[in-house]
Amino acid sequence: MSKSCKNEGCGSGAGCGGAHAATEELDPQVEEATRREFMCVIAGCAAALGVSGCSEITHTSFFQKRFRELGPEERASIVADLEKEFSEKFGKPVTISTQPAREDVQFGYALDISRCIGCRRCVYACVKENNQSRDPQVHWIRVLEMDKEKGIDLAHANAYYDAETVPRPGHFYLPVACQQCDQPSCVKSCPVGATWKEPDGIVVIDYDWCIGCRCCMSACPYGARHFNWTDPSVPAEEINPKMHYLGNRPRMKGVVEKCTFCVQRTREGRYPACVEVCPVGARKFGNLSDPNSEIRYILEHKRVFVLKNELNTRPRFFYFYGL
Amino acid sequence: MKASTALALALTSLFVCACGGSDEREEGWGSSAQAAIAPVKEEIEVPPPPFSEGIFPCSDCHDPTLPVNTKRRQLSMAHQEIDLKHDVEHRWCLDCHSATDRDKLHLASGELIDFTESYKLCGQCHGDKYRDWRAGVHGRRSGNWDGHKTYLLCVNCHNAHSPAFKPLQPKPPPTRPHGGDQ
Repeated sequence: MSKSCKNEGCGSGAGCGGAHAATEELDPQVEEATRREFMCVIAGCAAALGVSGCSEITHTSFFQKRFRELGPEERASIVADLEKEFSEKFGKPVTISTQPAREDVQFGYALDISRCIGCRRCVYACVKENNQSRDPQVHWIRVLEMDKEKGIDLAHANAYYDAETVPRPGHFYLPVACQQCDQPSCVKSCPVGATWKEPDGIVVIDYDWCIGCRCCMSACPYGARHFNWTDPSVPAEEINPKMHYLGNRPRMKGVVEKCTFCVQRTREGRYPACVEVCPVGARKFGNLSDPNSEIRYILEHKRVFVLKNELNTRPRFFYFYGL
Repeated sequence: MKASTALALALTSLFVCACGGSDEREEGWGSSAQAAIAPVKEEIEVPPPPFSEGIFPCSDCHDPTLPVNTKRRQLSMAHQEIDLKHDVEHRWCLDCHSATDRDKLHLASGELIDFTESYKLCGQCHGDKYRDWRAGVHGRRSGNWDGHKTYLLCVNCHNAHSPAFKPLQPKPPPTRPHGGDQ
């Protein structure tokens, strides 16, 4: 609800704010002030006119700063409000963590394409863990089927394969999700700074700050970002109540979402859901800063590659041949 | 001139020798040598082996007081359902299962091991996989990337009698954009 209102505000802002464009570009602070002033005016007008759609918005949620600018008290109060809202909505106690990155940790992921059989267990474990919309369907992981004879050929890969059993003869499988790039083009393309790279390498999105322009989606060379065209739906009985503010908390219509390396699990030291569910053990995860980690062993001993290396996005998601 | 070349050669070969015994190999040999002196009890947490229901302990049927027929033969009284597809030319039950202690497996050395340590037995032939498994690269783990984790045993994924990984039914494909009308 608040999201659709914010979008309306920004949408008209783009048109009305044309006269300020030059100053806005020069000084981000001015831009910020202008945006905020504009929002105040809009909100004031809306309140005066009694716009029915905005009646549920509280002043706090509407004028909430971006996540990175929030102080500990503001965060706590916002999280408490959200927990209350979601607990009521889904009928079970919901917790929302804001646990920050650990200093000594740089996350990395590796996937053994000599083992993956394309069973899509990871896709659905991810949906469940991260509260992705069931209808319309949002999948953070896409498993691409490719021809063994042709090798890795993204242009002709098939994500819609169906079969009695997998692997299908003559094919291999390449699951693709967010590559958590060290130089993420999505982050550079975001006009409002709603997405950024955390100190442990996870690229996250502030859903409350995202304006839904989808620039990040067109900038991502991996098709890893997904847009909520309508209100996402997750059945209350299937909701995962253990959430992270920057991760699997329910999203709203008009925002972009993507894989966060299961930030709600991995910041607590656990493996991501897709790693634990993979029946062939093709998925590996760990701390790149720890020389004894599984991920370091793979990087040092196996034949490793990244997708679209030539783009210099420097993914933290590696593919390797374990055989 | 000649002497200096010889010296350089000798130095180079010394250097090569030193590098040849790289840390990996030294570690490998070193640890096994140590293990031979004082066996270190490893703490690898594994789930229970996937026994068929009611099949363990084996000694419930295999009475330890009875003599064991160690001759390779077609089984006719029990276990006929086992279709051995694991180097069948060279393998038979008692190559892995102990004839003296029916509830144990045995290594090539004769050392008896529990079923929860079956990875040691598999590792005797599949050394490369065993090494990767212990490093966390082959096989499946759950728990914490940064602490306590559970390894699945080889036999949790590979039937010891027919080890090839069996094909699985895939989960449904994603819906196509625009409601699947493409």
